[in-house]
Amino acid sequence: MNCDESRAQLDTYLDDELPAEKMRDLDGHVRSCPACAADVLARVQMKRSVKAAGTRYEPSAAFRAKIQKQIAARPQRSWKLGWLTTAAVLATVLIAGAVRMYVGQQNLRREQLYSEIADLHVATLGSANPVDVVSTDRHTVKPWFQGRVPFTFNLPELQGTDFTLVGGRVTYLEQTPGAHLIFQIRKHQISVFLFPENGADQVLGSPPGVERKQTFNVATWTQDGLRYIVFGDAAPDDIQRLSALLKAAAGT
Amino acid sequence: MPLFDQLYNSAHWLTQNREEAEDLVQDTYAKALRGFSSFQPGTNFRAWMYRILRNTFLTSRAGLKATVPLEEDDDLAPPATVDTQTPEMVLIDRSQQELLRATIDELPIRFREILLLCEVEEMSYQEIADTIAVPIGTVMSRLSRARAALRAALRQKLQRA
Repeated sequence: MNCDESRAQLDTYLDDELPAEKMRDLDGHVRSCPACAADVLARVQMKRSVKAAGTRYEPSAAFRAKIQKQIAARPQRSWKLGWLTTAAVLATVLIAGAVRMYVGQQNLRREQLYSEIADLHVATLGSANPVDVVSTDRHTVKPWFQGRVPFTFNLPELQGTDFTLVGGRVTYLEQTPGAHLIFQIRKHQISVFLFPENGADQVLGSPPGVERKQTFNVATWTQDGLRYIVFGDAAPDDIQRLSALLKAAAGT
Repeated sequence: MPLFDQLYNSAHWLTQNREEAEDLVQDTYAKALRGFSSFQPGTNFRAWMYRILRNTFLTSRAGLKATVPLEEDDDLAPPATVDTQTPEMVLIDRSQQELLRATIDELPIRFREILLLCEVEEMSYQEIADTIAVPIGTVMSRLSRARAALRAALRQKLQRA
């Protein structure tokens, strides 16, 4: 496959609408061609931006109540035989729809959060000065955050492990300030994000083990009022081990 | 209520006006309730609701005012026309969201509509085809034109900015 052929199909590829075989061909090409990979990146970014920009208008509470009343009022006014059955069927569809929508929205929220986290992780590692406090010493890094984030936390002793602390910086997730720490294992850098629990992070839950999100490996949990997110391209096993160290340190 | 928030968001994008969006959503639910017997179980409920919303809009005052014919030349184009234009890194970040919104707002309504169905509602091509009642080939060509138009307009705006 050449670049022209690839480019002509990229949008369909990203919409997940290509037949499996073409999908594999294109996948292969994009992996080996930096120009097309950059093109994919730009298009993905655009898709994401349009999604975010397009989710724009919210119905007012008054209007929501009005429509709810309208739907609820219908059966009483109707005298047609069989209407009740229709209403019942509709109600079932509505409820099923609502449940599906709720689950869908939760999933969407979660994906949005992870997409922001992926942005933070990638943007930080790509920047010239990824960390504001450069130190492998947890006794330097931890105090640096004092007065910069509205919480305190413990960092693990890394001596005797193959992890090193690179440093940290203050970050924001949905306007909430938090700590962004960077650890290194072999050539991989792992982001550890700490935010105060604020309800919005609940959708992340505390899944056991390591999940794959936005092509990265991630572990997340809450502990002592803080939301922990361990995020990076390191192996799931490494993410797991770092998570265990952080959990143990937080408990001390 | 299923789809309420999404339908409202779409209605507002179509009408570009809160009051008209509310009227449109209200009419849509009224029609859906009245015409529920025409809904075939097993078919796509979301596409059905969006189709009602869209048809209601097209025959409403606001829809008629938006005089741009919804079906245009792209329906005549060969179905597999695809966008071969490089995005030239029209990279847009979160701070430019307002700019992007304004650009989407200025797109012809048939482009705005299909972009929202695809990117915001994440409908499949088949679902979009069911909603706007055109063949899949037209969905693909219109979508690719819509994206090209969005990128071109955005690029212009960014250059001016």
